[in-house]
Amino acid sequence: MESVFGLVGKDFAIVVADSSAVHSILVHKTNEDKIMLLDSHKLMGASGETGDRAQFTEYIQKNVALYQFRNGIPLTTAAAANFTRGELATALRKNPYMVNIILAGYDKDIGPSVYFIDYIASLHKVDKAAFGYGSYFALSMMDRHYRKDMTVEEAVDLVDKVIIEIRSRLVVAPPNFVIKIVDKDGAREYAWRESIKDALVPAV
Amino acid sequence: MKTEEISIPWADTELVSRTGLPKLLISSYSNESEEARIFTFSISVSVEMSIFEYNGSALVAMVGKNCFAIASDRRLGVQLQTIATDFQKIYKIHDKLFIGLSGLATDAQTLYQRLVFRHKLYQLREERDMKPETFASLVSAILYEKRFGPYFCQPVIAGLGDEDKPFICTMDSIGAKELAKDFVVAGTASESLYGACESMFKPDMDAEELFETISQALLSSVDRDCLSGWGGHVYVVTPTEVTERILKGRMD
Repeated sequence: MESVFGLVGKDFAIVVADSSAVHSILVHKTNEDKIMLLDSHKLMGASGETGDRAQFTEYIQKNVALYQFRNGIPLTTAAAANFTRGELATALRKNPYMVNIILAGYDKDIGPSVYFIDYIASLHKVDKAAFGYGSYFALSMMDRHYRKDMTVEEAVDLVDKVIIEIRSRLVVAPPNFVIKIVDKDGAREYAWRESIKDALVPAV
Repeated sequence: MKTEEISIPWADTELVSRTGLPKLLISSYSNESEEARIFTFSISVSVEMSIFEYNGSALVAMVGKNCFAIASDRRLGVQLQTIATDFQKIYKIHDKLFIGLSGLATDAQTLYQRLVFRHKLYQLREERDMKPETFASLVSAILYEKRFGPYFCQPVIAGLGDEDKPFICTMDSIGAKELAKDFVVAGTASESLYGACESMFKPDMDAEELFETISQALLSSVDRDCLSGWGGHVYVVTPTEVTERILKGRMD
């Protein structure tokens, strides 16, 4: 089961997701990117049904871009979160998306923020959030070590602690994780934490 | 060395459903050999949870002398896991009208957005705020619209009506109104709340005494319910002011 977690730091937000694409007992790939860049200053980490995850996050990304084209200014993180919740809520009683989302963003006058959005469209602004079986370990580690206004180094240190915990305590632990960060300079990939690399097979 | 046979009765389902994943810790100490052994058993049970108990909530509203108080817990959970301890369940419609929404969080948020929309339209058309009685009828109608696919929410409505007379009511998830003169309750802790309120309530309390009473009733009730708690949020409304207070209770 997919693990995604995120937290807010001093003037940045971090989202971490595992990167294995699994189909029952088969691991298709171990470098799947589950954190989508919605726009220059927003990250959306998603976990859940694979097809729904890919389709829904892309749908939100394109709509966020459309808003910017039409109106000339980007959406705030809160607005993007509420739009996402609205789409999930509308679909809920027709054809629900089985996707859990952690939306992180940076706004110039508000600073960093992280939103927890359940697959049944419950929205809440939080300091730290986690989904999946890994959440049992992630939330506990973050409850113990998280403080307000952590620096990037401290936050990544905490992220590593969480990853170690997930790897050692979860029976179907995902081997690789991707870490993405969003701050005033924008949203970008920060690092990978890999313990298994896909074997590079040369083309014949 | 002595061996003891310990028979473990299966936990009854009521207990299990309230505690989520229980663990039994059994320790045995043998006097002769001064050995101590500790055995840990974990019971993992999947319990059928009602959709109303998915997120967990506790709501209560009480009437005082020319004032009312409405209070909620602060927990947002997903079954046994707590997600946040600052989740808002009481919303202001206008200065003298508050609605608390218990039950499924997503439906509470959707319903609140629809109600704010309807009230804003009403304000534009009528150029005044809605009376609590009218608002309660509106909520009831909106809930009954979804009779065969309902919102999984139980609202608690509290307001000051004509001549600042306090009004409270609650309804079930399909809009059956229940007006009361003293107090109304909703949420997973509702049974405990009924008991606490019935014993602590007195008619015609002033704002200070009403705050004390509703706070004690809320905190003692949520302490008996594992799905609600993590503090309290109390609004006391008089004709002249609204006081919002956060309670610190047992943080579990």
